[in-house]
Amino acid sequence: MTSIITNNERPLSERPILETPFYPSYKHLIQNDNYEEWAGYTTLASFADVGQEYFSVRNTCGVYDLCPMIKYDICGIDAERYMNRLITRNVKKLLPKRVTYTVWCDDKGHIIEDGTVFRLSATEFRLCCADRQIDWLMDCAIGYDLVITEVTDAIVGLAVQGPVSCKILKKTGFDGVEKLKIFQLESFSLNGYEVMVSRTGFTGDLGYELWTNAINAADLWETLFKAGKPHGIRMIGSEALDMLRIEAGLIMVDVEFMSCFHTVKYDRNRTPFELGLDWVVDMNKGHFIGRRALVEARQKGLKNKLVGIDIDWNKRADGALIYNSENCERQIGEVTSALWSPILKQNIALAYLDAPYFEGNNDMWVEVYMHRECKWEREVYKCRVTEKPFYNPDRKKLTPPLDL
Amino acid sequence: MTRRFQNIIIGAGHNGLACAAYLSRAGQSVLVLEASDVIGGAARNRDLAPGVTVSPGAHLLHAMPADLMRELNLSEHDLSLAATDLNTVSLAVNGEAITFDGDTVTGSAVSDADKAAYVRFNKDMHRFTKALGPALEKLAPEIAIETWKQRLDLMGLGWSIRKLGRYHMREFLRIIGMNFYDLLDEYFENPQMKAAIAMDALWGGEWGARSMGSVLTYLYRMAGYARNGDVGIAQPKGGMGAVSAAIAKAAKAAGTDIRTGARVKQILVENDHAVGVELETGERIEADRVISNADPKQTFMKLVSPDHLDTGFVRQIKNLRARGKAGKLHLVLSSAPKFKGVDTVNLGSRMIIAPTMDEIELAFNPSKYKKYPTAPVLEIIMPSVNDESIASDGRHLLSAVVQYLPYDDTPDEEANRTAFLETVLDQLERYAPDIRKQIIEAELLTPRDIEREFGMTGGHWHHVELVFETFLFNRPIPALSRHTSPITDLYLCGAGCHPGGNVMGIAGRNAAQLILKGGK
Ligand SMILES: Cc1cc2nc3c(=O)[nH]c(=O)nc-3n(C[C@H](O)[C@H](O)[C@H](O)COP(=O)(O)OP(=O)(O)OC[C@H]3O[C@@H](n4cnc5c(N)ncnc54)[C@H](O)[C@@H]3O)c2cc1C
Repeated sequence: MTSIITNNERPLSERPILETPFYPSYKHLIQNDNYEEWAGYTTLASFADVGQEYFSVRNTCGVYDLCPMIKYDICGIDAERYMNRLITRNVKKLLPKRVTYTVWCDDKGHIIEDGTVFRLSATEFRLCCADRQIDWLMDCAIGYDLVITEVTDAIVGLAVQGPVSCKILKKTGFDGVEKLKIFQLESFSLNGYEVMVSRTGFTGDLGYELWTNAINAADLWETLFKAGKPHGIRMIGSEALDMLRIEAGLIMVDVEFMSCFHTVKYDRNRTPFELGLDWVVDMNKGHFIGRRALVEARQKGLKNKLVGIDIDWNKRADGALIYNSENCERQIGEVTSALWSPILKQNIALAYLDAPYFEGNNDMWVEVYMHRECKWEREVYKCRVTEKPFYNPDRKKLTPPLDL
Repeated sequence: MTRRFQNIIIGAGHNGLACAAYLSRAGQSVLVLEASDVIGGAARNRDLAPGVTVSPGAHLLHAMPADLMRELNLSEHDLSLAATDLNTVSLAVNGEAITFDGDTVTGSAVSDADKAAYVRFNKDMHRFTKALGPALEKLAPEIAIETWKQRLDLMGLGWSIRKLGRYHMREFLRIIGMNFYDLLDEYFENPQMKAAIAMDALWGGEWGARSMGSVLTYLYRMAGYARNGDVGIAQPKGGMGAVSAAIAKAAKAAGTDIRTGARVKQILVENDHAVGVELETGERIEADRVISNADPKQTFMKLVSPDHLDTGFVRQIKNLRARGKAGKLHLVLSSAPKFKGVDTVNLGSRMIIAPTMDEIELAFNPSKYKKYPTAPVLEIIMPSVNDESIASDGRHLLSAVVQYLPYDDTPDEEANRTAFLETVLDQLERYAPDIRKQIIEAELLTPRDIEREFGMTGGHWHHVELVFETFLFNRPIPALSRHTSPITDLYLCGAGCHPGGNVMGIAGRNAAQLILKGGK
């Protein structure tokens, strides 16, 4: 028996766009009213200057409001079996107080979503992702004994990322937070309430995520920013976050792939292999949803695959097509996300390439269109497959982090 | 030392037994595990009273292929027919019964136009049955067209429809998804005649004459007559259990082992392969493959852990309709009953109570809302008239399929059953006024009772609703339409598979033949 608890007082369709519980705290920092809707909430694409927000994460500490992130608590004696069937990774290897990045697929092995799984205890999990999944999670629960609770509104989250994030958290009052290894989580008591801290993030840098009950939002924000002020703490929006995640080589739903629940054209569905996510698929752990289809897909081999590319010259290659020759005879791929990386001083992109080009031994050319002074110009640059993540500082994993 | 079997078959329904017989005859070792103490599934016998044998599930044989009966030598294994080619008599309150005998329909209320139309109707339906029939005996064609073999399978069905010729093909395509109510209105005037014909599309299912696709289910019924070697509607000697017993004998003679009172609790799966079963007693038995005669819902919602299944698949199985609507009435009578307008010669016929098609629909309606009809429709036979072994001491047995009953899982089930028995007897009394006085023993089985006795989910006659969307390559769902399942070495062989329910053994035979060919 499975029960489903969604704590929404009103049905989603009747709710106005909501402000997150942190919004009143950081409202005064908003300078350019660059709003974005995310899962029913108002969020900020940027607060002020995107460049400064980006550099706060690479140089000091940037804070991103995670409240709209969809969160499900999945608890019960069958929770481990349930999770192990739901996701592609081996949940039996995920110890309590650990977090893992994963994807989950439908019967055909096509990706529904990616997200993180927090193992809170032997029988309690929290699944975090960008889109709502309740109908799928409910159908997956047929035959299992568990309780699924949507805690999206009940639990608030802040991503605290950057080289001095650990120091700021210590000053905030999280004693011992420096001991957390990457993908580990721990509960702390702060000003009399509980905050769960996980060493996770979407920036490829040293960073943590703080989780607590919504009623503590204002106090948590005040305490954190008071402690962080001397160290250059700053709120960041999704535009800066996007730059950071591209440098970290992290994929994004609706950019690198579409959920198979939302595709219309069948060939737009993606298997984890096509996204280069072989490392999150444990084909030997026993059955999981989509496994049979993935066995078949693996036998058939890949037609194309997402890779990182490095482009000569300095213009962002957003949405560019990739060709096998300089005169663009045959298209062999396309760019999904592109960035001129401020920290690497490199023109990078995530791109799908056909076989065998994704293997990386050939020169290729991207065709970039640029709007210069009200005129479209087309340029062709050489590019090549490169390692991901593009940016991968040692401090991301170093424990304890350097006390800067 | 326990012996290791190549095949375990879950369920000794007639399909499971047929599958066992074919496998054993090909030299395979087979163990059949049956939950109940009796074999036969819904085609079985039991005692209703001392000296009275009832067929509590199916009571007439009309769809079993003649070649299957021959291949398994069922006559040598003691199967004989007490009566064949039963007439159908539609009863009337005023005594104006209508008798259907082959192409001939008689009755004082039947017009000459209707008599002529009946000949034309039969001719048309036979023609369409011929086009559809072969597909209802073979494995379902595949819709995934990747190989030439698959293409030819599907083209075979297409070709047999094309072969009807331009006019009849168009007519076939016009009516095949249609409701029977409208089609019968096109042919006939007499409401009682239409209702009697209509019921042959409707027995067992959760659908009425006005439901889409009821023409198709009529052709399904007709296809049974077309392959059964001209025995029409037959009554096996000794009850329907005799059919299952004969198949079981054939299977045993070829080496099949059958264990009754052995309920399977779980199908064991290792590395995506079915490797055996666990019984309710905890006993584990291993085999090279497991074949389930249990219905698809039970097989995949209860016997296989969802750990081994994909969610989309489970969702499809869960959403399959299996709400049985047929109940069963058994009466032990002190003497032969007298039905209005039925002489003693016709007492051994199949008698229908269904006054009009609208009354069929009215009987159907309440069952959609878990209520019982006030005027149920019935298919009545008097097995003891054609077969003296059924009831001793001059007593008689009345056996009737009663529609439409809800699957009653309310707390009032007991009381509802008792009250509804009276409703059914009231209905009978209108056609056989003295019958109450003759009753020695009465038993009413609701779909829930049928589920309890035979283990079919929802008490459904066909295991899974047999409607347009669950025919051929969609039966019960595309992924299971050819007896294989997503789990290697786990097969299905029961009525929930293509072609569907009724006592005919085709699903069992097809499953065995597929397995013998290597399982693809
Ligand atoms: C009231 C009624 C009247 C009918 N009248 C007719 C008729 O007149 N003519 C006709 O042709 N058809 C009739 N039918 C339909 C016909 O009886 C069925 O379609 C047919 O018997 C199905 O056969 P089967 O072998 O596929 O499955 P079943 O007969 O259902 O056999 C399945 C077997 O599996 C066993 N089983 C299930 N689960 C387990 C388990 N976990 N472990 C071990 N064993 C298990 C069951 O006990 C059962 O014996 C009627 C059906 C009903 C319900």
